[in-house]
Formats: sequence, C-alpha cells, structure tokens
Amino acid sequence: MSKQYETVIGLEVHVELATKTKIFCGCSTEFGGAPNTHTCPVCMGMPGTLPVMNRQVVEYAMAVGLATNCQIMSYCAFDRKNYFYPDNPQNYQISQLYRPICRDGYVEIQVGGKAKEDDTDVGLQTKQIRIHEIHMEEDAGKLIHDEEGNSLVDYNRAGVPLIEIVSEPDMRSAEEVIAYLEKLRMLIQYIGASDCKLQEGSMRADVNLSVREVGAKEFGIRTEMKNLNSFHSITNAIASERERQIRLLENGEEVVQETRRWDEDKEMSFAMRSKEDARDYRYFPEPDLMPVHIDADWVERVRNSLPEFREAKIARYKQTYDIPDYDIELITDSKHLADIFEATVELGAPAKKVSNWLMTETLRILKERNLDAEDIGFAPKNLAALIDMTQRQVINSTVAKEVFEVMFESDTDPVAYVEEKGLGMINDEGALLRTIEQVLEDNPKSVEDYYNGRKRAVGFLVGQAMKATGGKADPTSVRKLLEQKLQNSN
Amino acid sequence: MIISMQIWEYTAVELSERIKRGELTVAEAVEAVFDRIAETRELNCYITLEKEAALKRAEQVQEKINAGELAGPLAGVPFAVKDNLCTRGIRTTCGSKMLENYVPFYSAEAVERLEEAGAVLIGKTNMDEFAMGSTSETSYFGAAKNPVNPDYVPGGSSGGSAAAVAVGACPFSLGSDTGGSIRQPASHCGVVGLKPTYGSVSRYGLVAHGSSLDQIGPLSKDVRDCAAVMEVICAYDSKDSTSVQREDTNFMDALVEDVKGMRIGVPSNYLDDAADEEVKAAILKAAEMYAGMGAVVEKFKLPLTEYGVPAYYTIASAEASSNLERFDGVKYGWRSEGAQDMHSMYKKTRSAGFGAEVKRRIMLGTFVLSAGYYEDYYLQALKVRRLIKNTFEESFKKYDIILTPVSPKAAMKLGESMGHPLRLYPADVYTVTANLTGFPAMSIPCGKDSKGLPIGMQLMAGAFQEKKLIQAAYTYEQERLRHV
Repeated sequence: MSKQYETVIGLEVHVELATKTKIFCGCSTEFGGAPNTHTCPVCMGMPGTLPVMNRQVVEYAMAVGLATNCQIMSYCAFDRKNYFYPDNPQNYQISQLYRPICRDGYVEIQVGGKAKEDDTDVGLQTKQIRIHEIHMEEDAGKLIHDEEGNSLVDYNRAGVPLIEIVSEPDMRSAEEVIAYLEKLRMLIQYIGASDCKLQEGSMRADVNLSVREVGAKEFGIRTEMKNLNSFHSITNAIASERERQIRLLENGEEVVQETRRWDEDKEMSFAMRSKEDARDYRYFPEPDLMPVHIDADWVERVRNSLPEFREAKIARYKQTYDIPDYDIELITDSKHLADIFEATVELGAPAKKVSNWLMTETLRILKERNLDAEDIGFAPKNLAALIDMTQRQVINSTVAKEVFEVMFESDTDPVAYVEEKGLGMINDEGALLRTIEQVLEDNPKSVEDYYNGRKRAVGFLVGQAMKATGGKADPTSVRKLLEQKLQNSN
Repeated sequence: MIISMQIWEYTAVELSERIKRGELTVAEAVEAVFDRIAETRELNCYITLEKEAALKRAEQVQEKINAGELAGPLAGVPFAVKDNLCTRGIRTTCGSKMLENYVPFYSAEAVERLEEAGAVLIGKTNMDEFAMGSTSETSYFGAAKNPVNPDYVPGGSSGGSAAAVAVGACPFSLGSDTGGSIRQPASHCGVVGLKPTYGSVSRYGLVAHGSSLDQIGPLSKDVRDCAAVMEVICAYDSKDSTSVQREDTNFMDALVEDVKGMRIGVPSNYLDDAADEEVKAAILKAAEMYAGMGAVVEKFKLPLTEYGVPAYYTIASAEASSNLERFDGVKYGWRSEGAQDMHSMYKKTRSAGFGAEVKRRIMLGTFVLSAGYYEDYYLQALKVRRLIKNTFEESFKKYDIILTPVSPKAAMKLGESMGHPLRLYPADVYTVTANLTGFPAMSIPCGKDSKGLPIGMQLMAGAFQEKKLIQAAYTYEQERLRHV
C-alpha cells in the first residue's frame, strides 16, 4: 500500500436513561423482569392510548447536554419515526428529528502520548470532539425466537427512555473513539443519568466510518457499523472496516454507503442494507405530545444540580486527602467509587486506609469477577467498621480480607459477622503461649534448624501457630512470643 | 288533549328527573330503550349491545340514586358510545374486521366520566370503519341507516350514534369528530351534535384517526342534553398531553334564551359556492330568526375555504397512516392465516383486515409523508392550516358566532357515494375548518328538505367559547319550538 489513509469516524451513541419509569407511561424500567410484566396499554401500543412525557427524561437529557457543552434548545418537539417491526408496538418510534433538545456541544479527550514503544512521546494533548445534537427517544422491545420456531416479543424494554448523542466526524482512530466513549460514560455516570453498560446495552455505539487519503479535503463514502457490544468489538470493527474500505479503494472499487452488522465471533462485518433500500421513515411531528418549552430558569436549575465532575474532584482530593495522585485518579474514575471513598472517610476512617481497601481488594475483586465499579454494593459504614476493627486489632489483616469478601458479596455488617463466626483475634497471651509451646513440641525438626542458625525456620513455626489458632491471632504477636520462647529455651 | 310520551322519547335530562322523582326506575328506562332498539333494529345503529351488563349497572345506579349519592342531570340515563371509544370488557371494533373481537381492558376517559355521573352504558354504535367516511357505509358490520328514511344514509362517521339518538334507541350518545363526524350525521338525522374545542375532552381511549383533529363530543335530542353531557365529559386528564385545564365548564348555565346584541356572521361565500338551494334557504331563515331575536346578523366573506378540504385530507390521512400502523396482527386484533414470514403476515393481515376506504387513506397518508413529498404536501398543508386558523381568529374578533351550513345538502341515498371519494370529500367543506383550527362547532336542526330529510345549521365560535354556542343554539331551539 503506497498511499497513506486517514480514518474519519463519527459516532451515534444511544444511552438508556436511569429513570424509574418509562418515557411515556408509569411502567417500571427495571431490567430483567418476567416477559411483559413491566407493561401497560400505553407501552404495548394498545388502541386509544396516549403517551405522556416523563419530565425526568428531559432533565437528564438537559444535564447530559450541559455536561457536554451543548446548547439547550428553548423549544424542542417529538416526531414519529415510522417502520414496521414487531418489537415496536405502535410500528412507529417516538423520537426527535426536527427539533432535538440539545445542539452544538463538544467534549475534550486526551490523545497522543506514546502509542507504540518506538514512538517519540509527544505528550498527551487535548482534542475536542464536537457533538452535533442530543435527542430523546423511546427504546423498542425484544424479540425472542424459541426452539419451536416461534417468535415471541417482550415489551418490558419498550418505552425505556433513551438519549442519542450524535457526534461530528471528528475522530481519527479507535483510540480516540474509546477515549470519547469513556469520556461520555464518565460524564453520564457522574450525572447518574445511566450506568452506561455496553454489555447490557444501556450504552450502544454505532460507528460511522470512512477513509480518505491523507491531505484530502473531501470525506470518503461512509458506512455505519452496528452491533458493537464492547470496547473490544469497537476497536476490532474499526480496524476491520478501515482495512476493508482501503482494500476497496486500492482495487479501484467504490465504498458503498450502507449499514453493516459486526459479527464479533467471526471478527468481520456483513452488509445489512444499502442506501438504495434505506427505509423511508416518514418522520412527522408527533401530534400526541406537546412541544417542550425550556426556559432559562429551568436550564439554571438543572445546571445547579449537576454533580462535581471528575476534574474538579481530582483537584479537591489533592488538596484534601493525603493519598497518592495515582489513587486519586483511580478512585475518581467512577463517581460511585468516589462516593464510597468520601462517605467512608466521612465516617472517620483514615483516607489512606480507605484508599488502600478500594485500590487493592475492591479493584481486585471487580477485575476477577469482570464487574464495574458501579456494581459495588457494600455500604460505606460497613467498610468504615471493617477498617475500625483492623485498627483496633480486633481482627488481623488476613481475617479482614476474608470478611471483606463476604461484605463485598452481601453488604454484611462486618462487626456482627466477626462476632458470629468468632473471628476476633486471640489476645489472651496465656492461651497463645500454650499454643506456641504445643507447636514447638510438635515440630522438633524446625526448632533444631532454628538453633542451627536457620532463622527462617521461625516463619514456618509462625505459620503453624497461626494455623493452630484458626488464623485468629495477630501474626506479629505470635512471632514475638515465639522468638522469646526460643531464645529463653536456649 | 294529553299526549302520553313513551319513555324512549324523553330527553336525557327529563328522563333523569323522572327517575330521581321515582316515576320510573333506571332498569325500566334501560328496558324501554332496549325495546326501542328492537323496534328499530333495521337501522343497524348498533354494533354491540350489552343489555345484561346495563341492567346490572342500572341496579347499582338505582341504589346510589335512592341513597342520594347520585343527583346529577344524567344519573340513571342510558347512553351509547361510538365503537371507536374503548370500553373495558366490551369489544371495541371501530367498525372494522381488524378489531372484530378486540376487547380492551381499559375505558376511554369520557366513558368513565359518564359512568361516574350515573349514566348507564348500553352499547356501541355503528360507524364508518376507523371513522373514515361520512355515510356510515364503510362499516364492516353493514351500513347504518337514516331514521327519517332508511333508504338514505345517516351521515358519518358517527352515523350510528346520530341515528340512535334520533330514533330514540338511546337518550344520548358520544361520537368523535375529526372532520365533521359528529356534526354532519347530527345534521342528517336531525339531532344536536357538538365538537368541543380541541383539548376539552380527553382523547384517552379514543382510537385515533387524526390525532391533532380528533375530539369526542355529544349527540343529543336537544341543546340542554348537549350542555349536560359536556359538563361531565369536559375535564382535564393527565393521561392526554393535549388535554386542557378549563375553568368554565358549567355549560348548563349557558342555557339562557338571549341573543340580543350577539354578533353573528354568515359567510356569504359558503352559501353561494356549494350549498344547494334548500340548505341555503334554511340557513338564511335561521339567520333571519336570529336577527328577529335581536342578534346583529351580518354577511361577510370568509376566505381560504376552498383550501380546507385538501389541507384536511392531507393532514388527517398522514396522521391516520401512522396511527393505524399498530394494527398489524402481532399483538391483538385480527391476523391473517397462511403467512409464510413476517412481511407476508403484515401484508395479508392489513390487506384483508382493512376495508377499501381505510386502505385508500393509509396510502394517501403514506404518500404525503414520503421522502420528496413531505415538504410539498404535508408541510404545505400545515401552512394552510395555520392560515385558515388566522382567518378564523380574525373573524371571531368581529363575530361571536359564525353561522354556516353543516353540509352542502341533506343526506345522500345509500350506495350513492360508495367508491366515489371525490363525490364525498368536498362535502366536508363546512366542517373541516373547525378541526383544522381546533375551535368548537355545533350542529342544530334547522329544517327539512323537500324529501323530508333533516337539514342542520352549524354554529361556530372561537376557542373555548362553547357556552356562546350553547346559548345561541338554545335560544334558537326554543324559538323554533314556539314556531313549529
């Protein structure tokens, strides 16, 4: 390949909003109910029913718009997008085409640095990704195909509120795409407008991609890639589509404007429909809903309700807490994690200890179980109590880790748990001495090794003693007592 | 000479008064109405009758009346509703094969409110399929007929509701009006019909035709009944986003005989252009009567009328094409057998489930919303709608009431217009503007043609001016009673 190509990418990101009820009716948005249990005549599209706008959806959309530097439109309205598909109970989706709620925003991402080992490090640079618009719409239901060849529909998800964030074609690489998505996810999670889980579909990204020769002024013909369920898929799909388009151009062929579906198992994409047979959605203003008028006061109220975002939080942590910058970066990566941190410190636990528990044990478990920080379910008061017990030496660190696992699992009160299971440290020196004497008696070989100058034998004996106490002794005290005993016996 | 009246002849308010005085029971009223329905069966006013449920309900209402818990003007009165208003546990067909066996588990808000007021639902009236038509002949359940002469249509689409009231097969009924569907059959059957201001009556539970045009309203024997029903059904409903909070819902207070100084405009171009001589004469006579009673009556030119029908059919069909998408055989209603895949199921179901007129409107609506035509047709129609609204707003600065015909002529013969939409659509010229503007309009009997078929006149007023309409209509009605 002699020519140099540049990839041009724009994203359409769908985010499911974390409202308690659906966008146009009072049904629960909860994930995972038995099929069609979170439904009513409105979200089932029964004849004669009418949609009523959920105010919280407007406020979440405004908050996301403000966080992404958008202009909040003083007047927005809904449109019907008409298409027949069984997951769509009315056979039209209520969306916003002509008058979306937010326009003309941007987010800043950090790009550059050393991409490869032999690159010269140009340092991190800030790049703006412009947002064309954000609009509100309703989600569709889900089709299920059973073993007998029947197609079934579950309308629990029908009417769950979505916002669609449409970027300008400002991204040039998968790294920039991921940085942009992470930035959006961070902002939206901080607002609390969504948990933004790609795997569960609460955040979905369609990638519009074209290539052009470096230096070219015009954009190439783009394709739209769907069914991208992870950052991994997105990265792979971008690489694959870039190569496919370059190959076409190199062979003197043309890229066809079309929608393609990514198959993660096969690691390739398939054409779904081309522009020629693109659907005519026959959009027109939704007559059943009144336009939404947003005055300056309302915008200010939402602006004032915005949380402290990450940059501000990092600055404050650096001033307030004596913990490493690295910890601060990681803790503030998730607002949920940061909230737990602050609440636990508020309860009197030392910041450094709290940070340690979050940085080591918590992140380890999350990684092992492939969970997000948003999945952490234990209460700050329980973490504070656990730290308090270690500080007062009620339990040793090994026991503390065990208790933490239980606490992580089921938000158990650690004090009650330690008491119930009898995990408190043995502080009775007489009892401990009797155990140690027994260990020395049972392990004459190690004792002999010790006297022959192999001081490391103490480690083994400490281990044996800890085992004999069921791990409930303080290992430092055990070592001290053991060494005293051995020296005294000498 | 004492003429003894039959129970079915009473107006709704009279009937309720007699029940409350203990002269007859609610059950007797229901029985009497069902007897009358049996006598007039050939008019095909009803699609579904619910006698058992009505009698059961009659007992409950009777108890409440006896206990003094129900004392309103409609307590104990049987009523019927057009079959595009959802009724819990009672099938709601919209006059279509598509919904032949559809039984909703919710009721329209307007129906609920009437039931709460002690009215007793007796059945669902016949109508043009999905309210598309103005003769009640497009019903899957056969045409309804005009009670004055069964060889003629009762008008439509609320033809069953109008015919039933006219013939005493119910004391009052509800209809829906998208382009004249209450007023025109009221005119053809010789009863009173009101299309309220858009947003006054909740549309929740009304199977949508043209969502931005549809309003539910009463059909009644006289103006007092109309006011009584309006007092019950006109109310804010949070389930309908287009519902309006109104203060002035004491419509019965407007039953005042006084039009002195009332400014009434008669659009001369409405009479010159299309109306036949008999209709024209009836309207001019009514105008004279108003003048005689002290109203200031004036002829004027109301422009843009000729654009009303095309704008209306563009917008109504566009909205209908979308509203009717949900009838696809997937979730409820009729589904065609023998489909090979999803698309053939859609096609077979919708091809066989809808009648010709409905399919014509769906195609028309789909066309005007299609890429490349949206701007030329749909957006253009919206602009015309705006202009027509401006024209009416201007006119209502000069006049309290605009007096027009309801329809260019009295009812047509059965079968005369079937399959000839272009003979039919232009006849909506006087009624569609009230739907395009959202303003209220009322149809009052004002005469008969040489064949003895009723002629109605239309009273129009500005937004939320139903009380003006009721006062003007009531005054005319009382004066006419004295003359007849």
